[in-house]
Amino acid sequence: MIKNISNLGDASVYCDFGSEVSEKINSEVIRYFNYLSKVVKENKIQGITNLSPSYNKLIISFDLSVTNFSNVKNQINNLEIKKVEKEISKIVKIPVCCDEKYGLDFNRLAKKLKLTKEEILKSYFNKEYFCYMTGFVAGMPFLGDLNEKIRCDRLETPRVKVPEGSVGITEQFANIYTFASPGGWNIIGNTPKKIFNKNNFNDPALIKPGDKVIFYQITNEEYLNWND
Amino acid sequence: MTEVYFEILRPGINTTVQDFGRNHLYHIGITVSGAMDLRNYKLANALVLNKKDEASIEFAYQGPLLKLKNGKITFAITGDVAFNIIRNNSIVEEGKCYQSYILENGEKLDILSTRKSVYGYLAIKDGLNYKKFWNSYSINSKANIGPNNGNKFSINEKIFIKNHESKHIPQKKINFSDSTNNLIRVIKGSNFNYFSEDSQNKFFKEEYLITNLTDRMGMRLKGSSLKNIKNTNIKSEGLIKGVVQVPADGNPIILLNDHGTIGGYPKIGVVISADLDRVTQLPPGANIKFKEVTLEEAENLFKEYLSETRKYLNAIN
Repeated sequence: MIKNISNLGDASVYCDFGSEVSEKINSEVIRYFNYLSKVVKENKIQGITNLSPSYNKLIISFDLSVTNFSNVKNQINNLEIKKVEKEISKIVKIPVCCDEKYGLDFNRLAKKLKLTKEEILKSYFNKEYFCYMTGFVAGMPFLGDLNEKIRCDRLETPRVKVPEGSVGITEQFANIYTFASPGGWNIIGNTPKKIFNKNNFNDPALIKPGDKVIFYQITNEEYLNWND
Repeated sequence: MTEVYFEILRPGINTTVQDFGRNHLYHIGITVSGAMDLRNYKLANALVLNKKDEASIEFAYQGPLLKLKNGKITFAITGDVAFNIIRNNSIVEEGKCYQSYILENGEKLDILSTRKSVYGYLAIKDGLNYKKFWNSYSINSKANIGPNNGNKFSINEKIFIKNHESKHIPQKKINFSDSTNNLIRVIKGSNFNYFSEDSQNKFFKEEYLITNLTDRMGMRLKGSSLKNIKNTNIKSEGLIKGVVQVPADGNPIILLNDHGTIGGYPKIGVVISADLDRVTQLPPGANIKFKEVTLEEAENLFKEYLSETRKYLNAIN
């Protein structure tokens, strides 16, 4: 349930679902998001331009020349979200190569966590992750929760450019760099799989909020010969 | 039929195709993009009698030097821009903004620079010959989406024009004077109370310098450091254009059209919609001053902004 609705600026509605990060709260956010997406597509609420679900918030942006905060807020309050059908979530399997040239931060992690590379990988693989949200750059999934043994702060100085396909961990989360971008996560490998494909016009993001993700390890040879 | 195009003899600093931007994709990490100064984008299209959402060329600081090939066009430039038209007989004609011109085959358009602002717009009658991507012509160079493979234009590339034969349209102009006022109005953000009372006061009292670290993604400011007394990070959440976020170093950043879609820095304020065009045009080295307004005031100021824009659009003759 939404705990509080307020305005963020003059052209968006800020829906607060709570302060902590949990699958339970996030599933509520995703439920609202899925329902609202449908309502917006069917033109039942005018002027909505974007919906941004995150761990525990949902931001609804609108066109101020078409509607305004109090209109949208009333329409949200009058929605019967109960009616939403079961979300379609899927399991996505992601191949990861953790050879030296891809796993950039094993030395740092080994020192901080006092674990060997093998121990870190054992905790990282063999686990199902939940996709809380996607974004920052196109299609980047924020996955959780990591085994407590391998939780670590982000780099003190972020990299200027993290290579495309890098898989990273920080705190309770795992992610995938869908594009080369600046970033401070601990990089433990790289996936040859295309996570965001703009040519797949109707469904460019492989992983969506609410999906489950399983990582599995591949060799460098498999990596180099990968063909989606 | 031969294609009409501009040959790029000098690309300029950041020359892209833009329109109103693309919506409904924040949730997969695709930002809105679109023209930074929407009023000037609209006026450029209106001056050449285009549909209002036609693709136009946005440039920043130094603009491009373009040579027209295979046709004759009508164009208009908006913003505070110095430019020349180099005619086929080598005569250099000084151009004026907010006025349409005809450019003949082989003639050149030299967009020298913006003056006391950042962005300018070049609209061509009938628009540019590109396909929409996710419902928009905007180039998003971070995700490589849009025309020109999603990249800003480089030397020797071409800009394709939709016009196939010279069409005669009456020449248009308007008298336009833009405000360069540096007072930017904001509504308090969702984390306003993360900052000390002293910092809250300073935010609305002191001037902030716009640094060189300013682009289509955002504007980094420098000034009286804002002291966070609660937490320098929040759980990452959605962002919108105009958010003023404050990282641990205490220097505010205003998010602009190509901003990341989610982020974890506290939001001290949000620039009101009526002032977004104006804020994007403030150049590095200028100072900015924030003023607090209520939601109701912001909504009224936006109505004024819209009616002022309409007044200019109606004045085109």
